[in-house]
Amino acid sequence: MDDMKEKVLEYIIDEYLDEDDEDDVSYDSPLISSGIVDSFSMVSLKRFLENKYSIKLSDEEATPEAFDTVDSICRLVSKHLG
Amino acid sequence: MNGGNHLSNIGSYEKRIKNFNWDIAKDVLDWKDGELLNIGYICSDRICNRGDGEKTALIWEGFGDKSAKYTFNDLRIYSNGFARFLKEEGIEPGDRVCIFMDKIPSLYFSFLGILKLGAIAQPLFSAFGDESLEVRLASAGTKAILTTRKHVRKVRKIQDRLPDLQKIIVVEGDRSKLKDGEIYFDVENSPVVEEFDVYHSEPETPSVLHYTSGTTGQPKGALHVHNSIWGQALTTSWVLDLRDDDIYWCTADPGWVTGTSYGIIGPWSLGATQCVLDSGFTSARWYKFIQDNRITVWYSAPTAIRALMKDGNELVDDFELTSLRFLASVGEPLNAEAVIWSGEVFDGLKFHDSFWQTETGSIMITNYPGMEIRPGSMGKPFPGIKASVLDLVTHEPVNEPGKVGLIAFRPGWPSMFRRYWNKPDIYRSKFVGASGTAMPDELRTNPDLWYVSGDRASIDKDGYYWFVGRDDDVINTGGHLVGPFEIESALVEHEAIAEAAAVGKPDEVNMEVVKAFVTLKPGFEPSDDLELDIMNFIRKRLSPLAMPQEIEYMDKLPKTRSGKIVRRYLKALEWGEEVGDISTLSDE
Repeated sequence: MDDMKEKVLEYIIDEYLDEDDEDDVSYDSPLISSGIVDSFSMVSLKRFLENKYSIKLSDEEATPEAFDTVDSICRLVSKHLG
Repeated sequence: MNGGNHLSNIGSYEKRIKNFNWDIAKDVLDWKDGELLNIGYICSDRICNRGDGEKTALIWEGFGDKSAKYTFNDLRIYSNGFARFLKEEGIEPGDRVCIFMDKIPSLYFSFLGILKLGAIAQPLFSAFGDESLEVRLASAGTKAILTTRKHVRKVRKIQDRLPDLQKIIVVEGDRSKLKDGEIYFDVENSPVVEEFDVYHSEPETPSVLHYTSGTTGQPKGALHVHNSIWGQALTTSWVLDLRDDDIYWCTADPGWVTGTSYGIIGPWSLGATQCVLDSGFTSARWYKFIQDNRITVWYSAPTAIRALMKDGNELVDDFELTSLRFLASVGEPLNAEAVIWSGEVFDGLKFHDSFWQTETGSIMITNYPGMEIRPGSMGKPFPGIKASVLDLVTHEPVNEPGKVGLIAFRPGWPSMFRRYWNKPDIYRSKFVGASGTAMPDELRTNPDLWYVSGDRASIDKDGYYWFVGRDDDVINTGGHLVGPFEIESALVEHEAIAEAAAVGKPDEVNMEVVKAFVTLKPGFEPSDDLELDIMNFIRKRLSPLAMPQEIEYMDKLPKTRSGKIVRRYLKALEWGEEVGDISTLSDE
């Protein structure tokens, strides 16, 4: 789980943040409610998770709440990995 | 909820139609001939002069616990602050000044300040990537940009290619992280500017330049003037039904026209209190914002309403929303289910759909307070607006109820755009019956012409308009128009892509989302990782709105024999429609 968190956080920093903002984001930082990731960009984040972990996330699961922190994202992905 | 007993501002729609003239807007504002017609002044100084300087103008909340309140006197002095600062930086009347920031208070202060100076405000959506930004700044010959530390990085990437851009001004954040040549200006921590000699604008003095997308070519700048305020003020009063004691929330971003016409100019010209939420969307956050601020009038967008619907009725019950008394919507057609849903969960209050666009500057067709809402209908034309649908072939007005045609308006309403920036030919092409040499001033004042909106609709036997769809390839996603050409141009800059076509595909929440069809260059193979890479490439260059949510790899794209990609064919397949005549497609 820690390895997954690290990889997801790294992806978010690379794709959605600029270099100066890296220190501001951690595993429990709000992503959707803070506006770092908007509803359109959630689609690419979902696609990343599906590709990386070979899973399929339904639209019902991919809610703003489920995607709001790295912690909650990894909980969702872990459910699919069994 | 708080509806029912209030006699609406518009009163009888039928009577208003019969006795209409635009001077009624002056009565609504209690306007006297000879007063200064400057939107920045009218929305701040003028409200103070009438004795409402201490009334709350803006209730602002950001992410987390950030919040602030500002009075109309605050609006006045902070907009003065921006006006004087920009003047000292050499900005002159007529110069284009871009506002490129999230919905922070300085966005609103600077918008009014730019207008007080006589310059032209060019607000741009802060989620635009550097390429979208560059295209719009280059087109407008923008002289200065006001931005934040978060967004200035995008400006840095393109500034060397923008010779007209002389001033990069950062209005918040850590000033120590600015680069050489960038200017820092924090209006709330600068000396108070009590007096500013507001520019004496004329009715036709340019005010706001909003960019909008078309089927072909890059986005176009629709130029508005200070005289637009009559349309914006009167529609805010009659359609949104704002009155003195309302707490109003327009959810739109001022990077788009709704956010300026109805998120700044309309409500503040009337002296109304309005709220701004600068935070990511979650249904719970929105309901809490309404609850905490006792919002009474709410103007939102179908995409957001459908997202709220998706989160269910039970969530609504967790909040105290009884302050609401009037709901309206704009951006794309509001489906009947959403209208009916709102009536069920908001204690009988139904969203009133409205139709207008960047070019019209103010609401053109809508459902009115006190009038029967026909769920799924756009409503009826605003008094003073002569609207019709034109036959798709002959361009004559359609008289047959239910027959689909092009939504069109006779020119001449106050908020109508005056021209496309440096594109007179495209402006002319929007008017049916225009001579090949007519210039913008002739076109916009000729009552015999029709301005064609680019949307299709039908009119029922009772005069209600029913939206059908776009008449072109422009993609309406989440209430915003995205041009396929701009996306395709960016797609082919990706190292793997040889050719590309972008179309809208149906989406339950956003009405449409972007789908791209691509062929790959030799040496590249289709893969999920490549698809994600292309998506992110577009998201960062253009915007999240423009990012394809699906990419289909093709061996070849459908083309005419002359080599033009046929989007129409691809779009028809996505929508499950008849593909029409394909005899002109190449067999290659």
